[in-house]
Amino acid sequence: MQTRKKYIFLTFLASCLLVFFFGGDQLRHFAFFSGRKAKARRHWPHWTDRSLLKSFADPEELQRDGDPSLLSPRERQAAWLSVYKSSRCRMETCFDFSRCEKHGFKVFTYPRERGQPVSESYGKILSSIERSRYHTLNPEEACLFVLSIDTLDRDHLSGQYVRNVDEKIRGFPLWNGGRNHLIFNLYSGTWPSYTGDLGFDIGQAILAKASFDTESFRPGFDISIPLFPKDHPQRGGERGWLYQDSVPPKKKYLLVFKGKRYLTGIGSGTRNALHHIHNGKDIISLTTCKHGKDWEKHKDTRCDKDNVDYEKFDYQELLHNSTFCIVPRGRRLGSFRFLEALQAACIPVLLSDGWELPFAEAIDWGKAAVVGSERLLLQIPSAVRCIHPERVLAFQQQTQFLWDAYFSSVDKIVHTTLEIIKDRLFPHRSRSRFLWNALPGGLLVLPDFSTHLGDFPFYYLQHGSSPSKKFTAFIRAVSQAGSLSQPILRLIQAVSGSQYCAQILVLWSCEKPPPPSWKWPQTTVPLTIIQGRRKLSDRFFPFEAIQTDAVLSLDEHTSLSTSEVDFAFVVWRSFPERIVGFPTQSHFWDPEQGRWGYTSKWTNELSIVLTAAAFYHRYYHSLFTEYLPAGLRELVDGLAACEDILMNVLVAAVTKLPPIKVTQRKQHKEVLAQQAECRDGAAGTPPPGQRSPSAPHSAPAQSKGSAGSRRFSQRQDCLNQLADWFGYMPLVSSQLRLDPVLFKDQVSVLRKKYPRLEK
Amino acid sequence: IMCASAKYNTRGPALIPRMKTKHRIYYITLFSIVLLGLIATGMFQFWPHSIESSNDWTVEKRSIHDVPVVRLPADSPIPERGALSCRMHTCFDVYRCGFNPKNKIKVYIYSLKKYVDEYGTSVSNTISREYNELLTAISDSEFYTDDVNRACLFVPSIDVLNQNALRIKETAQALAQLSRWDRGTNHLLFNMLPGGPPDYNTALDVPRDRALLAGGGFSTWTYRQGYDVSIPVYSPLSGEVDLPERGPGPRRYFILSSQMALHPEYRLELEALQAENGESVLILDKCTNLSDEAPVVRKRCYKNQVFDYPQVLQESTFCVVLRGARLGQAVLSDVLQAGCVPVIIADSYILPFSEVLDWKRASVVIPEEKMPEMYSILQSIPQRQIEEMQRQARWFWEAYFRSMKAIALATLQIINDRIYPYAAISYEEWNDPPAVKWSSVSNPLFLPLIPPQSQGFTAIVLTYDRVESLFRVITEVSKVPSLSKLLVVWNNQNKNPPEDSLWPKIRVPLKVVRTAENKLSNRFFPYDEIETEAVLAIDDDIIMLTSDELQFGYEVWREFPDRLVGYPGRLHLWDHEMNKWKYESEWTNEVSMVLTGAAFYHKYFNYLYTYKMPGDIKNWVDAHMNCEDIAMNFLVANVTGKSVIKVTPRKKFKCPECTAIDGLSLDQTHMVERSECINKFASVFGTMPLKVVEHRADPVLYKDDFPEKLKSFPNIGSL
Repeated sequence: MQTRKKYIFLTFLASCLLVFFFGGDQLRHFAFFSGRKAKARRHWPHWTDRSLLKSFADPEELQRDGDPSLLSPRERQAAWLSVYKSSRCRMETCFDFSRCEKHGFKVFTYPRERGQPVSESYGKILSSIERSRYHTLNPEEACLFVLSIDTLDRDHLSGQYVRNVDEKIRGFPLWNGGRNHLIFNLYSGTWPSYTGDLGFDIGQAILAKASFDTESFRPGFDISIPLFPKDHPQRGGERGWLYQDSVPPKKKYLLVFKGKRYLTGIGSGTRNALHHIHNGKDIISLTTCKHGKDWEKHKDTRCDKDNVDYEKFDYQELLHNSTFCIVPRGRRLGSFRFLEALQAACIPVLLSDGWELPFAEAIDWGKAAVVGSERLLLQIPSAVRCIHPERVLAFQQQTQFLWDAYFSSVDKIVHTTLEIIKDRLFPHRSRSRFLWNALPGGLLVLPDFSTHLGDFPFYYLQHGSSPSKKFTAFIRAVSQAGSLSQPILRLIQAVSGSQYCAQILVLWSCEKPPPPSWKWPQTTVPLTIIQGRRKLSDRFFPFEAIQTDAVLSLDEHTSLSTSEVDFAFVVWRSFPERIVGFPTQSHFWDPEQGRWGYTSKWTNELSIVLTAAAFYHRYYHSLFTEYLPAGLRELVDGLAACEDILMNVLVAAVTKLPPIKVTQRKQHKEVLAQQAECRDGAAGTPPPGQRSPSAPHSAPAQSKGSAGSRRFSQRQDCLNQLADWFGYMPLVSSQLRLDPVLFKDQVSVLRKKYPRLEK
Repeated sequence: IMCASAKYNTRGPALIPRMKTKHRIYYITLFSIVLLGLIATGMFQFWPHSIESSNDWTVEKRSIHDVPVVRLPADSPIPERGALSCRMHTCFDVYRCGFNPKNKIKVYIYSLKKYVDEYGTSVSNTISREYNELLTAISDSEFYTDDVNRACLFVPSIDVLNQNALRIKETAQALAQLSRWDRGTNHLLFNMLPGGPPDYNTALDVPRDRALLAGGGFSTWTYRQGYDVSIPVYSPLSGEVDLPERGPGPRRYFILSSQMALHPEYRLELEALQAENGESVLILDKCTNLSDEAPVVRKRCYKNQVFDYPQVLQESTFCVVLRGARLGQAVLSDVLQAGCVPVIIADSYILPFSEVLDWKRASVVIPEEKMPEMYSILQSIPQRQIEEMQRQARWFWEAYFRSMKAIALATLQIINDRIYPYAAISYEEWNDPPAVKWSSVSNPLFLPLIPPQSQGFTAIVLTYDRVESLFRVITEVSKVPSLSKLLVVWNNQNKNPPEDSLWPKIRVPLKVVRTAENKLSNRFFPYDEIETEAVLAIDDDIIMLTSDELQFGYEVWREFPDRLVGYPGRLHLWDHEMNKWKYESEWTNEVSMVLTGAAFYHKYFNYLYTYKMPGDIKNWVDAHMNCEDIAMNFLVANVTGKSVIKVTPRKKFKCPECTAIDGLSLDQTHMVERSECINKFASVFGTMPLKVVEHRADPVLYKDDFPEKLKSFPNIGSL
């Protein structure tokens, strides 16, 4: 009987299970049974009749889009002009594009008035513009105007506050309601509210301002600039502090802050909370109450202990040794801290809600900074801890790139401002966001040259392409004789023998006309003669005829063999952003004279490749001619032998890398007795080839005679003047030379691809 | 449980023999039923995902006509208009989103209701096909949550895609009575056709207070940068017409205009362009004399010629996208789909997703004033760039325009990136089409730096038991001026390293690391002991390198810190007969690899090798005890896109003590194995990353006729 009971019980149980599992959906809706399944996410329903739903707009409505006869485009433009003024200015409504059409982008600075001193910083801004290639002295041809009145400090409590600006500007006949004007400002408003008020009516002028807030920022019109100190260098600028990519990229501290704690007033919300994240180990957040005159009035219980801790750490030491740096708002949104952290490769963690970041129209700050929220301060430690080391490494490098490209000097800040405005005027010839955020940076990329990545020497890897497989030989002829010299004939033969040569261009820079075409040698590649203007900088002019990526720059006296040319070109294709050439020279710092020295002696290092025999990318012709300020080219034209140094300095400034020397065949007794040159003394670069070996860094050999030593001292002067122009010495030294893989190896000559290089 | 089963066991045997056959069958049947039940339970317990993904019982199946009706009293509140000054930090409540390890916002969707006014007249169409698709996409995405309390972002199910299809005041009232409305905080509305006659506002006219607006057709005056999201106007043709991607290149027409309702002034300007430039410009209009069957929207006409739309867009290089009454135009989507480069003429228009998309790479924006110059402006664009723009245009369509799902997910991702900026999607991920992502490299060590010489390098010697040779290597390497530390990786688990006193006395710290297993990858482990950036990997039998050669190698590495800089070079070749890669160690004029038996490289690559080596390469290397160097060469070349640098002339890399010549490399089977490695790795990487070069690095004055004592590195290449 007991068994039967058991069976019945089991049967009951089994049927329960059966009912439960096979009994249909309904049961599952009982929470009692389903447990977690009842919590299964309720999704958006799949409507049974969804196929019957109508479209949000019928196709014709979409394609016809309203009634076109309403407002003509011209009427709309006119209506805009009346509505969108001052605080709602946009380029379309407040900027007169027609001023920029005839003469291009020209900037006029108002003449500085006597008895109207400008601050150091504003003086630097003005001279940056005056040194730029866009500057004009003629207001008629100007597209953009910059005031001579110092508008940087508009805190009326400040000593540098200029009064009655409104009156003064109204007196300017060119003011025109501020149209096409650019106004710079670093500080606006004052205690206690620190508003964006400038104390005068800027009208329709573009405002380039530090600490811009997103609310008053007129997008696509204004420009947010960084706050920079008054000792910010005019040009050049210090380099960043990252000298190596350490792995793991972590430094001693994870996150640091050292600064004032505002006890009251605007900005105190964030500054007052910063001490909460201090852990004394890898997060150091130190605040002091000491600031202002009456801080002790507001003093709270923390102050005394905090003030003591505050003194224990050095700000510079923290900057150097931390991975992340908190950059909170001060009274205003921006702070000096921002640029300091950027330079120090300390990744900025921004706590400044509503700050329109500097140059955000161009710069992708997400790649170089952590944009935090003031309200989520307490999440910051865990958020930065979660950032992957790989990303930290990329962040660090990006800070350095941005610092160096756009911020390290007043020149760079001002030029970036101008280029952003210029890009707006010619949108079809402007830089893409990629160009602004990849090395070597937007300032060094000329959209007038091209907007295609593959046309520049910098982006082959990111772009997944490679430089063209042919080169253009570009020979500068200065020979006075009306006929062709032996060396140039030999050179043309040797170069045209290269399988990679696409064409030969001869730049004829002599008074006498070039020999008639039948006197030129027959070559397998096209040979074109260009009549030059007999200026030294001519040889780097971006001639239309140069169509290949690579240019082989030559002097008529250069002696090269086909093998040398072939090998050098193959090497160049691996280093398309550098100068690759044969004879080299080097620079060094001469501590005794306190200036840069230059030597053409044989040394174990090199930093200059003579452009008498060198490959480089044709883009450098454009940079040389378009990017460098006219003053520099005039300097070069005035000196006898400086243009090739300038080219080397330029390329080094762009790439931050040394040039590359390749194997050169031994040459016998290179004609040192300088060949007859054009009468006007436009000397070419010295001949490539050997010079008598002597110890490096020694004075020029007397045997070379006075012409040689004059030339030498000119080149040394040139080097120093260029270093001054650039604000630093861009040249970088290298200790290596690239040879063919089997060069001078003890293996049969038959196996070698470039046997002729070894003779 | 243990107790119970023991009891059962003692009783069981006594029970069964007493049962009758009938009972026994009954019992067995029952037992199997219970068993089946248990199995079924197990299935339900352990495969919960298969059940959820089938969506059969979590998704309701209902008709739209069944949705509840909500009556809106005439005096129910209306939200405020909403301030133009709203930004994430002022109008958005970030606390709702919170910190979470996934860095994903949670999005809640209100359930669907039908709204009627006091008189029972409906306020709008309940929901459009597109809005339903959009909500379905959000619901299926990983952003979705059904828990209103955990949500960070709320999406009303009130359809406001087309302003013309709704009653403004009543829709606003409907919004205001949503359960979590709270002045619209953290609410997201999607709108594609804003404004209405006569003034056609560029943003939705429905008052919405603090709600975010994902709108099509924003102008710079209505768009709140960093708060609103600019989205495309979806073109339903995207779903209907299949336009296969056309290869880039010149097309029949240079400029095409396909819009039907252009303002006469624009049309005049376009016609002037056509008159000037002839047949390369084609200005289409609607067809007037079509038979009724063909839908107007799928045909375009020029004089008497009839063209299929949107197919005709594929015939042109550039396609004009002019503003109409509104700034946002659905034709933009069609144009992108056709791989035609849009020429956007709509002053003040905020392009779709402009916060993340780099439109300069896919379009040409021309100010309305410059329309007459359009032809010459477009002509000045290099052909190669046009081809890239065509590819880019198509990619934008595929990724962000093609469906409501794509539009919805891109919008949510943009908002997500604002809330978790440190986990944001990068420019490259947004903008690079797959082909570019595939063919380009982004070098992790991209900054051009020449590290200071003072730091020096760490030498890592991998050794097993050749102690005598090892000691010679240590002694030789210690003579190199820039050596800062020497690390011996002792790979022999069966034998202890020699006692401390036996090791050579050298001027830099010497550390011995013992490994747990005899693996080749131990050589590339990022040991904490490595404190320098530069690492010299050196075999325990490489005693023939002079101090000058090693020091020079270090100097070369400083100039190329992102490359492998090594001594013996090797080459890979394509074997045309066998149709595969072949390994070459002969005297060749080219190199594509350097052996890591003696090579400098950045410590970063140790991390990459240990943690980021693709596929099973690392295990394969350890299993075969070979090719770790080839793997390293592949890895570095793949991530940097750059070649190796071989330094100094070739030497016989022969150690007097060992029997094999050149390490092992000349052994025939060894060569075959090395070739196999190359083929295996190339297939894992999906490409051949190695770069072939014809150069090597020598000191500037190498073999020059110059006094040796004045050379920095005189002792180079001597045997």
